[in-house]
Amino acid sequence: MSDLGPLLLSLKLAGLTTAILLFAATPLAWWLAHTRSRLKAPVQALVALPIVLPPTVLGFYFLVFLSPNSTLGGLWVEASGSSLTFSFTGLVLASIVYSLPFAVQPLLSAFAALGRREYEAAQTLGASRLDAFVSVVLPLALPGFLGAAVLSFAHTLGEFGVVLMVGGNLPGETRTVSIAIYDHVESLDYAAAHTLSLILLAASFTVLLALFACQRPRPARV
Amino acid sequence: MRRDAANAQCAHRRGLAVRYRLARREFTLDVDFALPSSGVTGLFGPSGSGKTTLLRCLAGLEPAAVGRFVCDARVIDDTATKRRLPPAQRGIGIVFQEPRLFAHLDVEQNLRYGEKRRQRDAFVAFAELVELLDIAPLLARRASALSGGEAQRVAIARALMSAPRLLLLDEPLASLDRRRREAILPFLEKLHARLPIPMIYVTHRLDEILRLADTLLVLDAGSRIAGGRLDDVLADAAASGLGSANVGVVLEGTAGAADGEHGMTPVATPAGVLWVTGRYAMKTPLRLVVRANDVSISLAPLVATSIQNSLPAQVVSLDEEAGATVRLALDAAGHKILARITRRAAARLGVKPGMPVYAHIKSVAVRRHRLAGVVERYGADPS
Repeated sequence: MSDLGPLLLSLKLAGLTTAILLFAATPLAWWLAHTRSRLKAPVQALVALPIVLPPTVLGFYFLVFLSPNSTLGGLWVEASGSSLTFSFTGLVLASIVYSLPFAVQPLLSAFAALGRREYEAAQTLGASRLDAFVSVVLPLALPGFLGAAVLSFAHTLGEFGVVLMVGGNLPGETRTVSIAIYDHVESLDYAAAHTLSLILLAASFTVLLALFACQRPRPARV
Repeated sequence: MRRDAANAQCAHRRGLAVRYRLARREFTLDVDFALPSSGVTGLFGPSGSGKTTLLRCLAGLEPAAVGRFVCDARVIDDTATKRRLPPAQRGIGIVFQEPRLFAHLDVEQNLRYGEKRRQRDAFVAFAELVELLDIAPLLARRASALSGGEAQRVAIARALMSAPRLLLLDEPLASLDRRRREAILPFLEKLHARLPIPMIYVTHRLDEILRLADTLLVLDAGSRIAGGRLDDVLADAAASGLGSANVGVVLEGTAGAADGEHGMTPVATPAGVLWVTGRYAMKTPLRLVVRANDVSISLAPLVATSIQNSLPAQVVSLDEEAGATVRLALDAAGHKILARITRRAAARLGVKPGMPVYAHIKSVAVRRHRLAGVVERYGADPS
């Protein structure tokens, strides 16, 4: 099946983006949950921007800033010999920013609900800050991490506008599932579009079902 | 050589030296005091007086605090030299108002958490601690499945498993009802008797202080308003912020042969023998707190009276108090006792210094001192 390529590419993109986001969004969400800095509001607004911005706008700016003619894109070309635009690497970068709020928000909620109580207690018991985070905060905020992973994975899987602007439509490199579906519809191949759409629909539903099943109410904490 | 010099310095600098300043919205914590490095220090004061904030400074949980904290010649915090140990390296255990157990672990795993990370050898074995706080039946339970009192006992044990050099207790009983509080206090008394480390115990309940503390520190609006040995602070309770109703003296004594039939025990104190409620084994060291409000006087011995405790004494001084009362300092066999009587009574009896009187003590608070065992509540004896 010729559509296996776009499917696998989408999974790879979403998986990689999610993995990177879990690492990047965790300190950011922790900081947002506990800081009293005046920078909190601007940072929060910045992180949430991709939710309200049309993907094409985001994609447009990425196109501008990542292109080989720009400073960043130029440096990348010098260092790696390849362009950031119309490449898988460029797509990953764009997806990280595009899905950032979907990773930060569940983590932020989980950290804020947990507070610093157990984190402080762990430190007074001899745990370094990192140790206290890994051994106490992480397991206690696990539903937040699950939510962040599922939402950023699903959101990246479904991105279209940003991919189109930054990546174009290169098979094996930037031709993701949503682009492939769009192509099929353009060429009036509804059967192929149906197959891909159904796969995405089923996959998305299963993932969300798993997420909500995991968030069943727990026994109240004393 | 260097070590000897350091030890010599240690010897005269044993104890805790604390100086902290931290602005809060409601008050500014500004304290400078020293404490002995053994026994229980009661940290007393109304809510919002900075007790919790002070403990958090000591534990290293307030990054904005400025000052210096030395514990047995070990500099833990010094803003001037920019030395600040993180909480994990301070060796200070803290029990918060709420238990803060780790809900993803069972009780035993909670206890082992600090054990795995401790920086020095244990001073109390796991099994002994479990026994001392009676948590053996809870070990396999999830931390989230405990009652408030159980959780707080586990929290105390968990803090001790990390072998701290100093244990801070922030109103550990505040969230419990009276019955549960009464159930935990004996555990704390046992710990006090058993553990070689100093404790600072925050409470706004004086009865807990009387039962547990050797030293007292009183805070108000972020500042230290009194401090010292329990009996010194108690003798001047009105000025110390403990309230004039709590003015009193502490008498250390030893239990004699109990009257089992009536459930009372005579206690030999330097001021004389006092009968207290409860049965104690012979020679049990006990601490009695006698409040001035519970002491009255007469010029002649009373014969037909329900009051069990009467001591011959001599009036040392009379202090007029605000209101209609005077405070008498009495000398009973060389030991001070305070009595509060009305000014009218003093005038009618013609009380003056040097006069022989009889002091009648209506009620006594008893604490078993420095020994494991049960303890009596603060209560009136049936007079």
